[in-house]
Amino acid sequence: MIVDLKRFIKEEQPFWTELEEVLERRVKDPDRTMDIPELRRFHYLYQRASADLSRIATFSSEKNIRMYLEGLVAQAYGEIHEGRGRHWRPKPMRWFLVRFPETFRAHIRAFALAVFVTLLGAVFGAGALGMDEEAREALMPFEHLWGNPGDRVAMEEQSEGEDMAGHHASFASELLTHNIQVSILAMGAGISWGIGTLLILLTNGVILGAVCADYILAGEGVFLAGWLLPHGVVEIPAILIAAQAGLVLAGAVIGSGARENLSARLVRVSGDLVTLAGGMAVMLVWAGIIESFLSQYHAPVLPYSVKIGFGCAELCVLVLFLSKSGEAFYAKAARVIRVPGPVSRLGARLMAARTRRRAGYGR
Amino acid sequence: MDVRRNTVVARTPEGVSFSLELAGPVSRCMAFLLDICCVMAMQAVAGKAASLMGILSMDMASGFAVVSYFVLSMGYGMLTEWAWRGQTLGKRLLRLRVMDADGLALTFPQIALRNLLRPVDALPAMYLAGGLCMLATRRAQRLGDIAARTIVVRARETKEPDLDGLLPDKYNSLRRIPHLAARLRQRVGVEAAGIALSALTRRDGMNPEDRVRLFAEIAAYFKETVTFPPEATEGLSDERYVKNVVDVLYRT
Repeated sequence: MIVDLKRFIKEEQPFWTELEEVLERRVKDPDRTMDIPELRRFHYLYQRASADLSRIATFSSEKNIRMYLEGLVAQAYGEIHEGRGRHWRPKPMRWFLVRFPETFRAHIRAFALAVFVTLLGAVFGAGALGMDEEAREALMPFEHLWGNPGDRVAMEEQSEGEDMAGHHASFASELLTHNIQVSILAMGAGISWGIGTLLILLTNGVILGAVCADYILAGEGVFLAGWLLPHGVVEIPAILIAAQAGLVLAGAVIGSGARENLSARLVRVSGDLVTLAGGMAVMLVWAGIIESFLSQYHAPVLPYSVKIGFGCAELCVLVLFLSKSGEAFYAKAARVIRVPGPVSRLGARLMAARTRRRAGYGR
Repeated sequence: MDVRRNTVVARTPEGVSFSLELAGPVSRCMAFLLDICCVMAMQAVAGKAASLMGILSMDMASGFAVVSYFVLSMGYGMLTEWAWRGQTLGKRLLRLRVMDADGLALTFPQIALRNLLRPVDALPAMYLAGGLCMLATRRAQRLGDIAARTIVVRARETKEPDLDGLLPDKYNSLRRIPHLAARLRQRVGVEAAGIALSALTRRDGMNPEDRVRLFAEIAAYFKETVTFPPEATEGLSDERYVKNVVDVLYRT
């Protein structure tokens, strides 16, 4: 019924201790590569501990030893069967310049959907305000926007940015933390099958459309462009990218037509979600700084043409960055691994995935 | 993976099963409160640094305070769970650990994602969404855990077993009657043997009265199962009797 526990422990304990030491070394130095004999030994020790666990579970109910062995086997199992490139090394430049835009492009349809829903909200907001100006308070939840746009423009131009003096850093930090929180919420709301994300996008779109319509109808279109473009061309895409991540998450949760189960789908997209969230955060930091230090200054302190020109230049750089950045890296990597003949589109994607894995970006 | 009550049982390709005990909502809540205390303590330190910075510029100090609070509250969980393999300070104190739901090693995207989804779990207030989700799911997962494919389990101490102190090579009067010792091995089940061994392992932590009563009950059970003649049991305390029985059962 019960194995000779004392003899069993005496015989097996050296192997358990050795396995514990191997695991300890893995914890201390996860990037160290084992050579073949070391790997074989590690695998042997894992299998031996597994067999011991099986014996102790079958023939004895000694709880402490079983728990000790379960802990050892669980840890070794995690190390041996993991194939997702666990050891993360921060490479911020490569991540931002290569991985982030590449991930953005890989989920471009989710981004397009986010843009479409925002535009839908904007059209509704603009239309509602155009038809009924009294709806301003319902459409725009910000009190400082309820007044007449012409009055606000006159006030802003008269103040010459003096009200912002000495508050730039605190204002920028409040903006960026608030925007990042809202964006994270937009992303996380994707777990509600995307309903939460779509509602946030629609709401943002309605507010944006109503504000734009309000200023344009009041003949303050130039002020609006000068006020919104410098930071908005980065801030709005950043929020759309957060929503893109939310829709990617929703896609994984819904999994319509997918052959993988929910678990596999979530594992597949988790790296992309974190990358999109990180990229979005960087963009919002930039937008917060610009909004605080540039957007709040108006003519005559800063001519609108300069602000609009700056905003347009930013937009061009952003479009180029998101559409092209990182392509050269993959093309170079493809040359290094010598892909023969002409490369089809599917082949290129497979090649990119392979290169990503080799470059340490395994998903 | 198989889920039984509060335990997840993982089966390896080698055909071996190991169990992971899931952490309950109360212990997770306690760990979270401890983590909030840690973040607040760090925030207090950052606030002091900001006030020193205020000597140079009040604007910079205020900006630093806002950003540091945000970074600490968002980054604390990610960094500690990554550095301590699934544990924050609160989880460490309460012996909890975040694990991959399949028992594999935890990856950084998983840790980041489960922490990024905290604001959604906190909706509409007091972690209601996350709490309800934990109660509704078999693996007690909040929304962040579901998205990141993680579970929170009770961490185990990997302490090497030591039976030398428990079963010393001393004279055992029950072994003098081999046929009864063999009958004892045959009749006593795995569970009863485990209870006796567990009682011996934990006896030093018991109250004297409870210890006497517990060993009396266990000894009575064994005496009822197989009755040894008086010459084999004379002068043996209940605890000594249980010890001898365990010695017979676990050492053939």
